[in-house]
Amino acid sequence: MAAFGSFALIIALALAAYNLLAGILALRLIATGQPVAVSPERLADTARRAGIAGFIAVSAAAFALIYSVFINDFSITYIMEHSNRALPGAYKFSALWSGQEGSLLLWAWLLAAFGFVLRLTHKRDVKLYAYAGTILAGIQVFFLAVLNFSAPPFALYNGPLPDDGNGLNPLLQYPEMVIHPPMLYLGYVGFSIPFAFALGALMMRYPGEKWIKITRIWTLVTWLFLTCGIFLGMHWAYAVLGWGGYWGWDPVENASFMPWLTATAFLHSVMMQEKKGMMKSWNVWLIFSTFLLTLLGTLLTRAGLVSSVHAFAQSPIGTWFAIFMGIVLAVCIFTYILQRDHLRTDHHLESLVSRESSFLFNNLVLLTACFVILWGTLFPILSEYVVGNKVTVGAPWYNRVAVPIGIFLLFLTGVGPLLPWRSTSMRAIKRNFILPTIALWATVIVCFLAGANPWKGGTFDQGNFYAIVSFAVSAAVFVAILSEFIRGAQVISRQTGKNLISATVLLMRRNTRRYGGYLVHIGVVIVVVGLAGAAFNKNIESEMALHDKLNIGPYTLENVGFTQDSNLNYNSEFAQLDVYKGGKKQFQMTPEKRIYLITGQPQTMVAIHSTPEWDLYVVYEGTNPDNGQPIIKAFLNPLVGWIWAGLAILVVGTLIALVPSLSPATASLRVPVTRTAPTEPALKGGSL
Amino acid sequence: MKFSPALRSSIKTLRSLFRATVPHSSQPHRDEWAGSILSRSLLFKSAQALLLAVTVCFSLGATDASSRFNDLGHRLMCTCGCAQLLGECNHVGCPESGREREELKAAIASGKSDQQILDWFAAKYGATMLAAPTMQGFNLVAWIAPFAVLAAGFLGTFLLVRRWSVGKSQLPVGASIDANLDPAERERRERIRRDTGMDGDL
Repeated sequence: MAAFGSFALIIALALAAYNLLAGILALRLIATGQPVAVSPERLADTARRAGIAGFIAVSAAAFALIYSVFINDFSITYIMEHSNRALPGAYKFSALWSGQEGSLLLWAWLLAAFGFVLRLTHKRDVKLYAYAGTILAGIQVFFLAVLNFSAPPFALYNGPLPDDGNGLNPLLQYPEMVIHPPMLYLGYVGFSIPFAFALGALMMRYPGEKWIKITRIWTLVTWLFLTCGIFLGMHWAYAVLGWGGYWGWDPVENASFMPWLTATAFLHSVMMQEKKGMMKSWNVWLIFSTFLLTLLGTLLTRAGLVSSVHAFAQSPIGTWFAIFMGIVLAVCIFTYILQRDHLRTDHHLESLVSRESSFLFNNLVLLTACFVILWGTLFPILSEYVVGNKVTVGAPWYNRVAVPIGIFLLFLTGVGPLLPWRSTSMRAIKRNFILPTIALWATVIVCFLAGANPWKGGTFDQGNFYAIVSFAVSAAVFVAILSEFIRGAQVISRQTGKNLISATVLLMRRNTRRYGGYLVHIGVVIVVVGLAGAAFNKNIESEMALHDKLNIGPYTLENVGFTQDSNLNYNSEFAQLDVYKGGKKQFQMTPEKRIYLITGQPQTMVAIHSTPEWDLYVVYEGTNPDNGQPIIKAFLNPLVGWIWAGLAILVVGTLIALVPSLSPATASLRVPVTRTAPTEPALKGGSL
Repeated sequence: MKFSPALRSSIKTLRSLFRATVPHSSQPHRDEWAGSILSRSLLFKSAQALLLAVTVCFSLGATDASSRFNDLGHRLMCTCGCAQLLGECNHVGCPESGREREELKAAIASGKSDQQILDWFAAKYGATMLAAPTMQGFNLVAWIAPFAVLAAGFLGTFLLVRRWSVGKSQLPVGASIDANLDPAERERRERIRRDTGMDGDL
């Protein structure tokens, strides 16, 4: 199977290389119009078919690796290092992305799969798809070259064949780890598609904004995958690492967040290009940056440039990524300089206070947030280089610098939709802002009534202050968006006689992009409320003998048992804790510690009881070596459930935004396009 | 769970406010209100959960020493290489965090100021033990750069918006979207804007 996988990878590389070279040649011939013996169109089609065949070859390699995991083929080094016989079936799939070589193979396979779909749907715009397919082939050549020459997943084990493998990292043996990495990779890899379209459209001087419409669904779906991947990672960290938090500003977490920020900026600013034909260069560079940031994150963490808790992914492939990033950046800059006049456009704003200007500020803040995270991630390297001192840039720095920027962004989330396109009157602004302002100050008052005081005891409590501001701004944004829904629904209700709920549904169906987007904003607000709850986290740690009690918040935990269990994969010990509230027993929690037999590594399994108010989060920390008593750490984490609820709303909102609008009655309201160039239907004209 | 009297009364007021807004079944437009009641009930429950969580957490006081321990524990890193904050490092068998936490407790008990404690740890374990760069020397750049970039960005965006702003009266004929519409259509769009407070992209 190792030989089969290796050959599949070599064939895939050859096919990708052919796709790239034949694609470039065909597009060049078409652009210059030179008469040649072979039809450039047919050459381009052979390149496309090579891309499709490449998907089959990479799929065969991925299948070979997964099959090898299931048959416990420990002659392959990768399988020996990342699996073992007793590993449960679902986690055998996880072995594919638990190590460097496997995760690169997953990347290459997803890229091939995206390319496969793209190449099958090429008739939508043959020439643009030919450009995008060729660019994707270039990216694929890079990944397959790394897999063949630097990080081969089918390398044979050197030495006597072991009876069993080293097993999967215990941290990865958790249900979310079966879906979190593929989601994240779908997000990373997916941005290759809008990147390929953007670069291709720029190379061929694509007329009009159709390429944006083509890539919109790709970008939105990819953004959704990345969002889900990030949140699943948060939930995994929360449920597995046992420190009571979900985000540690680790470089790997930052690496996933940076492209998310630039992609979010793109999803907003692209509306300016669609509606007003503005910000063309900006949008192209946002997509270029997003793609480059997906590579940068991989480079930073895998080259070992910055220390990360995700150390299991480190290897010497950083140089490959650095060179590839350099090439990509050079191609982007060169193409932009060559074709920038194609992106030239007249920028006209009718008012300083308008939806357009709010998009500009929204982009500014998102990009600044991205810069802050990049700066924080890179500053230790910079400090060591400039002054020779290594420093740590951890959570306290991000909390002070990034949180205020985040709150301002949240504020813009509410303000933006209240401002109409083009211009508005002061009267309309006042009318739209009255309710949100009332909600903001009412929330501040309620917080103070509830006992919030950032200056308690004469010292300033930063977390407390940010939490109050977050709650207040969230309330204002929520009311602002809700009033948008209600106002629109009331109009529909008056026109159709439907009740408000039915009118709201109709309103959303008539403009899925707008109201789906608003729903995403509501999801973000809910998430922020959940995040702000972290300012009030409480914890207590104690040894607990049988029938000892531990109080936290409204709960009393009583130790009623301490027991052990065993299976083929791990031994475990856990405490049985009866939880009382108001003197009545409510439920039982069983925090657990596992020792994996094959690796001898311990793993915490946190017990979580989640309610809308808070999570009761209990960790079994082990036993006191002196007296054998179990040590329990309990956390009361307010509003954590709101984060996951917010994600659910965000996902629903994005899915709604993906559905085409049902608005035949409003067709007459569509703005006539003042300056459109005809779209070329076939592979003719343009330049590379 | 202890609530302050002011809070008890504010919760009661909130409850009564929500109850007062829910109409009786004898009122007209029952189908419209069915959805409203459902959403208000959901809203109320969410608001109640939020208020309760915040209230309980505000009322959970911590002693000064333990809050200082918690605060300083989140300004220092564990030195075992786990890349976690000292106050949050809990991996089983950590060779460093237990001892360092004891040192932190002792330092707080000895009456040292926060800065003295941080300096002591930095001197003993190196500057990387501090979870954030200090505000001295080159490290100051770490703190200033983000806000400098934000300020420069704001200035740049503001100037850009001003440069691009031409005002309605200066727009050439045909540049405004409405200029392409017939008067009836323009009036229709204006009516929708008035009704919805939005642009005409309904």
